[in-house]
Amino acid sequence: MSAVSIKNVSKEFKGGTKALEDIDLEIEQREFVSLIGPSGCGKSTLLRIVGDLIEPTSGGVTVNGKPARQARHDHDYGIVFQDPVLYDWRTVARNIALPLELAGWDRNRRSQRVDEMLDLVELRGFGEHHPWQLSGGMQQRVSIARALSFDPALLLMDEPFGALDEMTRERLNAELLRIWQASESTIVFVTHSIAEAVFLSTRVVVMSSRPGRVSKLIPIDLSQPRSAATREDPRFFELATEVREALHMGGGYDMPLAATGLSEGAT
Amino acid sequence: MASVAVERPLAEDAPVKRARRRGLLLLAVLVLLWGFWEGFRALGIHYGWQRPFTVDATSMPHIHDMIWALFQRPNPEAPLLIVTLLKAAAFTGREAALGFAMGATGGFAIGALLAHSRMLQRGLLPYVVASQTIPILAIAPMVVIWLASVQVTPWVSVAVIAAYLTFFPVVIATIRGLQAADHRAVELMRSYAANRWTVLWKLRFPMALPFLFSALRISATASIVGAIIGEQPSSIAGGLGGAILNFAQYYSFQPQNLWATNIIAAALGIAFFLVVVAAEKLVVRRAPEHVA
Repeated sequence: MSAVSIKNVSKEFKGGTKALEDIDLEIEQREFVSLIGPSGCGKSTLLRIVGDLIEPTSGGVTVNGKPARQARHDHDYGIVFQDPVLYDWRTVARNIALPLELAGWDRNRRSQRVDEMLDLVELRGFGEHHPWQLSGGMQQRVSIARALSFDPALLLMDEPFGALDEMTRERLNAELLRIWQASESTIVFVTHSIAEAVFLSTRVVVMSSRPGRVSKLIPIDLSQPRSAATREDPRFFELATEVREALHMGGGYDMPLAATGLSEGAT
Repeated sequence: MASVAVERPLAEDAPVKRARRRGLLLLAVLVLLWGFWEGFRALGIHYGWQRPFTVDATSMPHIHDMIWALFQRPNPEAPLLIVTLLKAAAFTGREAALGFAMGATGGFAIGALLAHSRMLQRGLLPYVVASQTIPILAIAPMVVIWLASVQVTPWVSVAVIAAYLTFFPVVIATIRGLQAADHRAVELMRSYAANRWTVLWKLRFPMALPFLFSALRISATASIVGAIIGEQPSSIAGGLGGAILNFAQYYSFQPQNLWATNIIAAALGIAFFLVVVAAEKLVVRRAPEHVA
């Protein structure tokens, strides 16, 4: 049974903007799938449809054989956004415990699980801190711990490391892979970064924009577990090139200004 | 790796230092105001100023006379003025506290209801606003008459009048605060299949607290004003409202007594305000940028 099965999904927003058109995608259990594409290709929208946070205009999504809504009510999703979205009136520990509270876990089980999670994301000793006392990278680790705390079958991540510096990002990439291998979760990951997509994924889904479509599926056959050495593997560059070419074919990648050589002052 | 951005705990004596600096500032401002009052008075009397008002010993008694008056007997049989005024303040304080509690609770309930539904908000908010444009002096006698007809004790009627002056800022702040939650924070709750009540209590309400406390600060002082004004149509003599009426009648003979009463009324307002601030410190655990 597929972890996620997306069938004929289209999404049109009010005002007639076509965000997604005829998306078909099967994601197997334990896969790590990245959605990559230019801004406006609807990759975040697709992620939200999978998570039943918004509804598709047509088509449907099943998660582990269940309709997305049922899966949401069964607490099958863990979600991580680009911003950590921590509740700053709660301590780190109580932020991680939030989904457990809502799922009705008792206090002892909660605190035991929170300790395990703090260990998992290497934040032991920070449970009683408040979010604003942590750095951005640490906050994002708390948000990952919160998403994983209840062992969701499916982890949905929307550019979770997009706001972090490159160094922190690479370190958290490695941590995420470790966490993924230690858990039973399937991950759907939205990113802007080719290197990140190739490094993390078992499969990269390249999307094109206006309207959002799947333009290419690229299996990533780099060996597991991956490490810093993976980033220097010639195969890594081949795959990154393949993704980049697929992106360009799919109607142009919105290059950030800095990457085009037109830095500030040149415009 | 983990030690980067953790805030260093403040040095042991920092709070003491801060408190001392604050106290000094307060004192400096007090001295400044005192100097301004006495300076203005002296100049006004010397040059015979008629604008913005006639300055003389009656319109502007010495501040030390006001304070001195607190420790005098207004007439030979009466207790010290400060004793009378503190009793009056306790009486008015009780009315204001009940009024504040009713106004804050009612205001929150109305605000929560209006935040819940855009339609209700469009339909009812104009009337909530309109309620505040009717002068309290017009409402107060009606409240007193209505409640007296159902045997409500007069001081409780006064509390209801105070509540009327208190609830409005709380309504506005509640609506604003309950809708202040970031949409991703709401999505997160949605992903946990949380129902409306859970979202309200675990997300929207804590998010609204800083807004709510800003309103409560306003309401705390307004409740005193409401209680003082409410005492007049209820013909309650034992409160600050009664004292103000009484001393206003004798103003031309003993102006310092009315001023002394005002000082006590102001002190009561400040005390209420500080209670709210202290409660806020206890309750609101937010990032520094979210705390007023």
